[in-house]
Amino acid sequence: MSTVANSIFSPELAARFDHLVTIYPLRRSALVPMLLYAQDELGYVSDAAVAEIAERIEILELDVRNVLSYYSMLRTKPAGKYNVQVCTNISCMLRGGYEILDHCKKTLGVGHKETAPDGVFSLEEVECIGACCWAPAMQINYDFHDDLTPEKVDVLFQMYRDGQGKDVK
Amino acid sequence: MADVNFIVDGKQLTAPAGTLLIEACKSAGIEIPAFCYYPGLSLQAACRMCVVRIEKMPKLQTACTTPVAEGMVVQTETPEIAQARKATLQLLLGNHPLDCPVCDAGGECELQDMTFKYGAADSFYAEPKNHREEQKWSPVVYFDRPRCILCYRCVRMCGEGMDVFALGIQNRGSSSVIAPNVPAQMSPDDLPHVDCEQCGMCIDACPVGALTSGTYRYKTRPWEMNHVATVCTHCGDGCKTTLGVRSTSDGSEIVRGDNRDKSGINGDFLCNKGRYAFDFANHEGRITQPLVRQTNGEFKSVSWEVALDLVGKKFRELRDTRGGKSIGVIGGNRLTNEEAYLLQKFARTVLGTNNIDHHRTADYVSFAQALAGQTNRTASLRDTLTAPSVLIVGGDPTIQAPGTAWNLRTNVRLNRAKLYIANSEPIKLRRQAKAFVQLSPFGYSALTSYLAGDDASASSAASDATGLSAFRDVVKSEENLLILIGSELRGADLRKLIAFGLTLPGAKFALLSDYANSRGAADMGLLPDMLPGYNPVGSSSPLATEYTANTTSGSLAPGLDMLEIFDAAGKGDLSALYVVNSNPVARYGVDAAALKNTFVVVQEMFLTETAALADVILPAANLYEKAGSVTNSYGDLQQVKKAGDRAGVRTDFEMIVRIADKMGTNMRALVPFGKGLRADMGQTRGAQSGEADRHSIWLTAQNLEPRLSPFDPLAILDEIQRLVPGYNILRLQLLSGNDQHLSPAAPAELVQITTRRDLVLPANDSLFTSGTLGRYSTMLSDLQHNESLRPSSLLTQIQTAAD
Amino acid sequence: MPALVSHPDEVKVISRRFGMGAADIEKYIELDGYKAVQQAIANGPAWIIDTMKASGLRGRGGAGFPTGMKWSFVPKVSEKPKYVLVNGDESEPGTCKDHVIFLHDPHAVIEGTMIAGLAIGSKLGFIYLRGEYRYLLKIVEKAVADAYAKGFLGKNIFGTGVDFDIITQTGAGAYEVGEESALMESLEGKRGVPRIKPPFPAVVGLYGGPTVINNAETIANAPHILLMGGEAYAKLGTERNGGTRLFGISGHVERPGVYELPMGYSLRKAIYEVAGGIKDGKKLKAVVPGGASCPVLTADEIDVGLDFDQMGKAGTMLGSGGIVVLDETVSIVEFALRTIAFYQHESCGWCIPCREGTDWIKKTLTRVYNGGGSRKDVDNVQYLAENMMGRTFCPLGDAAAMPTLGFVKKFRKEFEEYIDGNRAGTPLITVEQLVGAGH
Ligand SMILES: Cc1cc2nc3c(=O)[nH]c(=O)nc-3n(C[C@H](O)[C@H](O)[C@H](O)COP(=O)(O)O)c2cc1C
Ligand code: SF4
Ligand code: SF4
Ligand code: SF4
Ligand code: FES
Ligand code: FES
Repeated sequence: MSTVANSIFSPELAARFDHLVTIYPLRRSALVPMLLYAQDELGYVSDAAVAEIAERIEILELDVRNVLSYYSMLRTKPAGKYNVQVCTNISCMLRGGYEILDHCKKTLGVGHKETAPDGVFSLEEVECIGACCWAPAMQINYDFHDDLTPEKVDVLFQMYRDGQGKDVK
Repeated sequence: MADVNFIVDGKQLTAPAGTLLIEACKSAGIEIPAFCYYPGLSLQAACRMCVVRIEKMPKLQTACTTPVAEGMVVQTETPEIAQARKATLQLLLGNHPLDCPVCDAGGECELQDMTFKYGAADSFYAEPKNHREEQKWSPVVYFDRPRCILCYRCVRMCGEGMDVFALGIQNRGSSSVIAPNVPAQMSPDDLPHVDCEQCGMCIDACPVGALTSGTYRYKTRPWEMNHVATVCTHCGDGCKTTLGVRSTSDGSEIVRGDNRDKSGINGDFLCNKGRYAFDFANHEGRITQPLVRQTNGEFKSVSWEVALDLVGKKFRELRDTRGGKSIGVIGGNRLTNEEAYLLQKFARTVLGTNNIDHHRTADYVSFAQALAGQTNRTASLRDTLTAPSVLIVGGDPTIQAPGTAWNLRTNVRLNRAKLYIANSEPIKLRRQAKAFVQLSPFGYSALTSYLAGDDASASSAASDATGLSAFRDVVKSEENLLILIGSELRGADLRKLIAFGLTLPGAKFALLSDYANSRGAADMGLLPDMLPGYNPVGSSSPLATEYTANTTSGSLAPGLDMLEIFDAAGKGDLSALYVVNSNPVARYGVDAAALKNTFVVVQEMFLTETAALADVILPAANLYEKAGSVTNSYGDLQQVKKAGDRAGVRTDFEMIVRIADKMGTNMRALVPFGKGLRADMGQTRGAQSGEADRHSIWLTAQNLEPRLSPFDPLAILDEIQRLVPGYNILRLQLLSGNDQHLSPAAPAELVQITTRRDLVLPANDSLFTSGTLGRYSTMLSDLQHNESLRPSSLLTQIQTAAD
Repeated sequence: MPALVSHPDEVKVISRRFGMGAADIEKYIELDGYKAVQQAIANGPAWIIDTMKASGLRGRGGAGFPTGMKWSFVPKVSEKPKYVLVNGDESEPGTCKDHVIFLHDPHAVIEGTMIAGLAIGSKLGFIYLRGEYRYLLKIVEKAVADAYAKGFLGKNIFGTGVDFDIITQTGAGAYEVGEESALMESLEGKRGVPRIKPPFPAVVGLYGGPTVINNAETIANAPHILLMGGEAYAKLGTERNGGTRLFGISGHVERPGVYELPMGYSLRKAIYEVAGGIKDGKKLKAVVPGGASCPVLTADEIDVGLDFDQMGKAGTMLGSGGIVVLDETVSIVEFALRTIAFYQHESCGWCIPCREGTDWIKKTLTRVYNGGGSRKDVDNVQYLAENMMGRTFCPLGDAAAMPTLGFVKKFRKEFEEYIDGNRAGTPLITVEQLVGAGH
């Protein structure tokens, strides 16, 4: 087991990673979840995270980047503390997904894949998130919010601003 | 595997079961278009160009992934298929820049060819194309993203073929892009780069002009070049290469090195040196006029006539006054066989000296002696691609013999060949090895003893005793083992290793050396104690007898070796030194003062450390500017053809002949030209002018060389063939540009093992150096500089990349 | 938390425990949990496979392959370990049924995975959830941990001497990873690019070992089927379409939600009765009946039974059971554009027809939508889609081409009127938005 000296991750996450690489028939299987968990802690997948993950999995950094750039939830730039992901795919679109997106844009003052200057919220338009029957829907840091209206969105944002939002990480 | 029968386009075909349909069709002359398929690399089924209709299958199938099966009925060109291919091309062209008129690949582009064939040039998209700036990934690799059709050949070539894994695929969908391993944000200049072996194999594999070469890009168009197939001048593998040549005001210039002839000894491969390092020919320091040192110590350009007169007169005078034994001759590792042979013959029969040597990069004398009397025991480079098992003791092919390393990797990948490696360094090929033993420093001698059965040597050979013992057991159980030997093994160790190998049924050997004709230099007798073909000086071989008959003074005793020559000079005993294409002063750290009383003649391209001490410098042509033959490390003989040309320079062959002539030599004794010529030179066909000329062209075309002049290397090849054991050459094979394997071994009855001085000095070239010559290649300098920018090379990281 | 719905026409098999707190292992046991797996151990693989075959259960992931048959393809002896892989990547637009299973009945998935493992002789199962389902992953992780604690998982399960382990895994945002071989790549830590077939997963799958891969709903059905018997399950549905399935009805209906209906149930009734009819009394325009990949049905084409064969005859597919209902106000031009934008974004990029085809269709429809189209563009879109069909490396290309063809063929007039009228949609969909959720 290659525990990494001077890990850039918190001791808890480092320990989790130490374990994660051992449970699969192949070490490399831990890659995708590791990238996600690293992002959860750092806010994005930094170059340092790429390097450490490559070392832990024993693959090339290039390999990590090849995989990292494939998955749309992974990002290499920081996002806001709360990342708002609004679905506009068909079921949501039919029930006002774009109005919700526009409302978010206006309220937060940011566009797709942008972060507000205060760093609290960032916004993203996403594909179907598997909440079609409760559309329109969005996720904030993995937490689902459905059957949205602009008013509900306002309440939600206030909740997060007040530090009452759920973080499902 | 058993053969199966199937029908393609109505033709009844047969192929071994498991053959891919695309390959089976190719063998039958049915060409199926393919972008992503590349023989020997993993299958992709990504481009969908190779679709065919197979009876009973609901959809079109990809011929590149479908193995032939008994009773299969296939259509490869129907309207449906043509439409599918056309649509695919239209999709590609939708985003393709279509800058064919300036693209390097224009004229040699698979996309262009296909578009022409399927008539897909009409684009019906109104949207602007995605434009991206071209990226310089390294001095030799450029990437033009919009031209990329994402066939992933480069990625596989670099990963599977080169075991470097410097290229990846990033993003997804229509944003997918080929990405190099140093991303922009990790790079000092904020641009993406590739940290790799710079072989350019990705460029070679690229079906379009998305990857282009730093040496060639935008220089010319394919159809404006002449193509000359010759042999790489760099390492001892002797890869076949095709040089693209263009005429210039003062000769003809090489603008491209590539590997069109994939049937050559190197198959698909060329390394960075073969591909890019031909530019030394145009180096600004190139000497193009004879230079003679004046009394004030300065060099002055003189005419060829003056220079040759001077050298001839002086050599003759010194020979006659101080004796041939006072003259030393040093030859090069990049001469043709004909030149090397001629040089030693000139030394021995005209100058009357055995004081002749070359920079030895492997102990071929011991190799030849150890294999004396054996047949079928020497390996060709081609064997590295097919041998079922390979033992490598010493050496580092990845760096020293990249072609060998390529073949070995391919053999392991495609044929599951078993590779066993014993080395004191953790060389990169160990990643492909079934077993690797790390030897102690200088542990080679102990290893040979251990292999031979001396268990007591184990501890001096390697620290891992169990590993070593298992290694010996498994190696001993191999049949038809190919044993590749690095230059670390010499003399008694080398003989011991070969003796061990000879106990294994079917084992074959090769000894790796460092330069294009290092092997030829030894075979041709650039040695003080060995005549060509490892005939000991003073022995009674036919060659020795013939030489003695022609010799003016005693050549019956071995002469001075490289170091002794310079010792003699230091003592004032060396009247003249004749250096042909070699730089011993730098290589052996010779004190300049040692040569101050010696008349030094140097044939060179540049003012090297040795040339700087010369009295006369004669500007020489390089291996790309002459014709003849060379022999690679393995003993594979190949033809060298003249590609480049430079006004003012002469081949070493011509210079030796002219000097001999100036010395008043009987030229027909030195070069048997014009002998036995029976050809009708056209005289009988009347006085029409030009007739003789045309006839001579006909003769050349029929490979009936007229050998009309003493400057014709083929004249001396006749003699080599007649006198040098092992050089029983097949002419047609040679002249049609094919390789042939020779096994010159010492004549068994003449072998006398004496303790010879170990004069082997490995070149220690890196991937981006090539002896003295390499210093004059701008491209190699750029690559060295490029390498130095990233000291913590990612190349070291790849040691953990295998999966 | 998503609201549960119900309707008298529902036949509750897989949804039996929904809303009953069955995520708790004690509750699950109380509701007959982990009985089926013990029967499976007692009766052996042949019995399991026979029962599954008899049930007529067909894969709920979309393709509808008979599950018992799939399991029987796995070689009995294999040098490499065999695996069970549960596909919980649920990303087909309009589909959220697995979501509900993971939320309400995670142990059914676990138990089903064990049953599949017993059937094929595997000792290790993977449950792969899409990355967005983090909160569901936690629920499943807890359920797995509880099962281990009870000795239901791990070594010597239920004291029978049988070993079985489960690893839970998450994706990171990629529809294509739902494709079975791409899922295996992803699980091996690679880009989600599908593999060349053959060999099929049942022979060479995960880590090169024989692998059974099933949708989460398919798997969660297994314990119910073993308990009730294959024939009893089969009888709930129609011929060759055994049992019931979860239908997610979304879009313009009064009571959207996930309902369990018997196979073969009328699509019209599902919309007008089960889901309460068209929202706000509007008129029905069209239905996308089984997730975004399925060709659209017009309002007059909905008198069809919801099973694989009847839907196939109607020129569309049962797919993932995600029924998306469009009322008269919907612009098909906009809907077609949003659909292709999804596939363009999710194409893995491996093969030319899909990578470039989805991109060009999207570009062309974007221009049409924004008012710059010509009639020729409709032909071009159709030409592109037709030339993608059946020519791509994996079915995503077809999944993109089929709905596109459905839209331009069935609603060609609407496209032409849109273009002729120089209409431009309310710029809801800006190019910038569509360029992407991802890159
Ligand atoms: C592009 C694409 C996406 C898919 N996504 C899913 C998915 O999210 N969930 C799923 O269960 N099957 C999905 N499938 C189907 C799977 O490939 C596979 O057929 C299925 O998991 C088999 O399980 P089943 O037989 O139980 O249906 C997808 C297929 C394709 C081509
Ligand atoms: S750069 Fe060339 S070889 Fe590489 S993927 Fe693109 S087209 Fe193919
Ligand atoms: S491997 Fe050797 S012979 Fe071949 S191209 Fe490279 S340097 Fe030349
Ligand atoms: S059809 Fe081709 S590009 Fe599209 S998802 Fe499948 S493999 Fe990838
Ligand atoms: S369409 Fe928005 S959650 Fe499925
Ligand atoms: S050559 Fe067969 S798909 Fe590319």
